[in-house]
Amino acid sequence: MTQLKEPNRKNETTKLMTLIQAINDGMRLILAEDNRTIILGEDIGKNGGVFRATEGLQEQFGDDRVVDTPLSEAGIIGTSIGLAVNGFRPVAEIQFLGFIYPAYEQIMTHVSRIRMRSMSRFTVPMVIRAPYGAGIRAPEIHSDSTEILFTHMPGIKVVCPSTPYDAKGLLIAAMEDPDPVLVLEPMKNYRSKREEVPVGKYTVEIGKGKIVREGSDVTLIAWGAMISIAEKAAEQAEKQGISCEIIDLRTLYPIDRDIIAESVQKTTRAVIIHEAHHTGGLGNDIVSIINDTSFLYLRAPIERVTGFDVPVPFFTLEEHYLPTPARVVEGIEKVLHF
Amino acid sequence: MEHNYPIKRIVDDKGFLVDMSFQKQIDEQLVRNLYYHMLRIRTFDRKAINLQRQGRLGTYAPFEGQEAAQVGSALALNAEDWVFPTYRDHGATITFGKNMATTFLYWNGRVEGCVAPADKNIFPPAVPIATQLPHAVGAAWAEKRRGTQNAAIAYFGDGATSEGDFHEGLNFASVFKVPVVFFNQNNGYAISVPIEKQMNSATIAQKSVAYGMPGYRIDGNDCFAVYFETKKAFDYARSGNGPTLIEAVTWRKGAHTTADDPSKYRSEEQGKNFVDPLIRLELFMKNYGYWNDEWIQAAQEKTTSEVEAAVVEMEKFPPPNVADVFDHVYAEMPAQLVEQKQAYLAHLGRL
Repeated sequence: MTQLKEPNRKNETTKLMTLIQAINDGMRLILAEDNRTIILGEDIGKNGGVFRATEGLQEQFGDDRVVDTPLSEAGIIGTSIGLAVNGFRPVAEIQFLGFIYPAYEQIMTHVSRIRMRSMSRFTVPMVIRAPYGAGIRAPEIHSDSTEILFTHMPGIKVVCPSTPYDAKGLLIAAMEDPDPVLVLEPMKNYRSKREEVPVGKYTVEIGKGKIVREGSDVTLIAWGAMISIAEKAAEQAEKQGISCEIIDLRTLYPIDRDIIAESVQKTTRAVIIHEAHHTGGLGNDIVSIINDTSFLYLRAPIERVTGFDVPVPFFTLEEHYLPTPARVVEGIEKVLHF
Repeated sequence: MEHNYPIKRIVDDKGFLVDMSFQKQIDEQLVRNLYYHMLRIRTFDRKAINLQRQGRLGTYAPFEGQEAAQVGSALALNAEDWVFPTYRDHGATITFGKNMATTFLYWNGRVEGCVAPADKNIFPPAVPIATQLPHAVGAAWAEKRRGTQNAAIAYFGDGATSEGDFHEGLNFASVFKVPVVFFNQNNGYAISVPIEKQMNSATIAQKSVAYGMPGYRIDGNDCFAVYFETKKAFDYARSGNGPTLIEAVTWRKGAHTTADDPSKYRSEEQGKNFVDPLIRLELFMKNYGYWNDEWIQAAQEKTTSEVEAAVVEMEKFPPPNVADVFDHVYAEMPAQLVEQKQAYLAHLGRL
């Protein structure tokens, strides 16, 4: 039941960073390195973004590379498409995932399919960053976790880091990817934890999950803000003598099927945790992956601990919407005592 | 508002110059170029309808009546400019340099039909209405940032002005002063809905006021007005002044698509006041001594044989490649997609 050590970064210069600082650092590095990079969004310039993700970037790189746009999500994504097909590498910030819906048409009908429609003549190497998730007592509509709308969409990749290290590495990988990538940033994790992050450039491979806790009785599969819930549940379960393995999926499309299959075949049980709504949630895809790869290894039906099929409630009730360690522990007990 | 945006004309319905200041700028080369391309795309358009009726082409969106708007604007562009068309602007894209056989392929359900020649910046036609306006803004913005003299044109119809993306595109363009021309073809109808049910404003051109950009209302069936006004807007854009909105008033003579029956929503009488753009140019050519039977006949023969050759090329095109279903979604295919492709190809192999 050992906590896995962070990768050996002895030879690298590191700095203690929060997740939001790591995001800022990643953008700063690529802005300096690649003059095709252009950051667009609402309040991202002088104000440095409502979460300060772009703090200081306009000052350093100018208002034609870190651009305060009109309040217009479809306009931000639509013009980013034009910039991207004409040689630039836009990084568009959508202030909250719950506000991305006006741009949904642009993402669904153009961002994700220009490569296909033009047989790769035109491509859209752009990044869309969006803070997501509940649990920070934000006003209504600010707390959505609708990753499935985008994982269901062919032509775009979706990543969701839970740590500062992964946030910077995945963001840089996204900025260098030849295809569009949606980076979902768990607001709850923005400042919840600091860790040593290399100050230089590195990437975390898109499409690769990570074992963040090794165990032998049950595999917990989660991402983003749900990792800390899974960790707390694992600690409680350990007191009952249950050994939990935790996978931080990190990329939601394309999903790392191998890491899921390998872990579940070892533990023979799985609990999937996500804060998105239950029906049609990504958990269903993960159940399918386990079904396809590991059905005969299972000793119990797979359990899903998720948000409910209701809009994310106003914040005085959001704790009753979000999966809790206690709900996860119940899920673990259920699969253990099947 | 309407009186602020009178319809600009250079040539009237009878083919006489109404603005003599253009007399020197109109020469034989321009006249023949305009006539040739309008004839060429009309020949294409009529052939496409025939092919559809014979079951040799899929559903097709005809543009007859809009040739002056499409050819006049397309000929006003520089070769390096960007074109963002809709599904009814293949007259403009063919004129600008898109291959005719490729265009037929598009209407025959082939993705190859979206691909323009490598030296022509022609975007695949926008199907969701008005979505291409922000794209044109972005591409033009990129040209501005690189310091080139290139600009972009976004084609769109009257219905598109009701969409959010129309406003978002115009707003971004004017805020960032990008070199883009918003070229509206007001053909009177968005499928079955007439312009007066589409909007409460008297003109589309006046919407430019809200964005602090110039707006011009022109006779879209007068190829000279279209050509010179579009050129003017491009000069304005290339000089760093930003966007222009042009409303070219025209008429869709035919159906929305070959699957549409306009008699359900339009009377026979409607549109009769529009003189056909080719007839208008023909009258002009006769009035001013540009008409030459021999040249006209040669142009007819040349365009007809070009269209026929394009049909042959389209019909001889190799059958679609199943791998294309999978191969152009990502630069590098994700493992799950590789698996889906292999499984499907294996399934086909067993049949």
